[in-house]
Amino acid sequence: MRYLLMICDDESDGRGPLELVRAPEHIAWIDYLDHRGITLLDGVRLRPSIDATKVQSRNGETLVSDGPFIETKEQIGGFALIECDNLDDAIDVAAKHPFAAHGVVEVRPVWDE
Amino acid sequence: MSGPVDQAVAAAFRDSWGQIVATLIGATGDWDLAEESAQDAFTAAMGTWPRRGVPDRPGAWLMSVARNRATDVLRRRALGAAKVREVAVDSREENVEFAGSENIEDEEAVSGVYDDRLRLIFTCCHPALSLEGQVALTLRTLIGLTTAEIARAFLVPEPTMAQRLVRAKRKIRNAGIPFRVPPAPLLAQRTTAVLGVLYLLFNEGYSATSGADLVRSGLSAEALRLARMLSTMMPEDCEVTGLLALMLLHDARRGTRLDGAGDLVTLEEQDRTRWDSGEITEAILILKEAMQLGRPGPYQVQAAIIACHATAEDEAHTDWRQIAALYDRLAELAPSPVVELNRAVAIAMASGPAAGLAIVESIVAAKTLSGYPLLPATRADLLRRMHRLDEAAVHYREALSLATNDGERRFLTRRLRETTTGR
Repeated sequence: MRYLLMICDDESDGRGPLELVRAPEHIAWIDYLDHRGITLLDGVRLRPSIDATKVQSRNGETLVSDGPFIETKEQIGGFALIECDNLDDAIDVAAKHPFAAHGVVEVRPVWDE
Repeated sequence: MSGPVDQAVAAAFRDSWGQIVATLIGATGDWDLAEESAQDAFTAAMGTWPRRGVPDRPGAWLMSVARNRATDVLRRRALGAAKVREVAVDSREENVEFAGSENIEDEEAVSGVYDDRLRLIFTCCHPALSLEGQVALTLRTLIGLTTAEIARAFLVPEPTMAQRLVRAKRKIRNAGIPFRVPPAPLLAQRTTAVLGVLYLLFNEGYSATSGADLVRSGLSAEALRLARMLSTMMPEDCEVTGLLALMLLHDARRGTRLDGAGDLVTLEEQDRTRWDSGEITEAILILKEAMQLGRPGPYQVQAAIIACHATAEDEAHTDWRQIAALYDRLAELAPSPVVELNRAVAIAMASGPAAGLAIVESIVAAKTLSGYPLLPATRADLLRRMHRLDEAAVHYREALSLATNDGERRFLTRRLRETTTGR
């Protein structure tokens, strides 16, 4: 199955993608995926929520406003798309993601039909 | 329909429902199909057994009917030949096995059967499901309570409960929750989750007032059955045994915990002659065996505490030193403000009220139990025993203002009166 891991935190970690891929804890995480035979299909680091734009269409009109979808402490800072056997494996990988130690990782199964 | 056949069907339901559902989920991966096929098998039994007699092995008969139903449905749905073949092959193997092993105690047959129920309970109690969903699913699939019965037991409308079950089953399928006993690294943690669900079920039934709702108080018996099943399947897990012992020790005192007016009777004041000595003996025996293995856990320690009470002739002979030592251990294994409060009471009994009061006052200062009526009630009780009656009255009044039911209020009012008139 494919799972999207949404990596969320309070944006206290301001490191960009290049810094992150060189960080030892992230390298260790990628190695762990390898070791478990779990495929990392894709992943990105997102710009902070201050750069987010909210878009809605209502009655043919486009409404654009500043800011992320929800005002919460935790914001999506990146995602990883993985392929593994079941939810327990996805939970295992999510728990070992470096951001899980101070933020939250939401695990969502991909809607495959 | 004749009485004995009714009883045979009821007994077969109790013994085989969970096993049939678990086996069919294992074979088909389809939870609804498994339940429907099991239901159909029991309907068929009610039609056939009165005419042709109860089969020698009702469980095997029901399993084979349920399997055939599931195979038929899958075939009709034309879900793909592969799946039908898989169930049909399993079914043949099962028949061969049934025919070959006349002795139901045959170890291999039993362990093979148990495996699916163990898989089922771990799947039902997966932490990715809501706790409400876990409880409902366990009762539906392993015990065979109907949606209406579960709804009644949890005091929610039937459509709400139906929705809860649908949602839980959907999540198992969509989120890829595996149907399995978790592998070693996860096992301890997941077992704790299963035990948590069983204890919650037990307490739901235990807290139901006697006679108020039979379905609700029946939950304790179902929880006990599941704990027994689990302890047979996981004999090496001391906490499973600990929980079973704890449930038995509570259950043994079931008839004495409420007085005629429906008020709670404290353990010390319960009529010990009415405790179920059979359950107490069994609990102490299995608890001793578990504790000898040297892997203590919160359930074993809690059971050991109740066992101290259960084996004392009367309140005066209670070994409070031992109980206080066990609460020290419990506070290490599973620290919580409520455990701390109970520890304070035990230490007060073992070493005098002043020692207990010091702990109670530290809980008050930490503000972790604000609004909990037993905190000021305990404080008042210790102060009363130290003859600081004015202070005791203040805290009895505080407890009264927080009390949530009439029984508590009556008890506290009585104590307050004793405090203000007894000097």
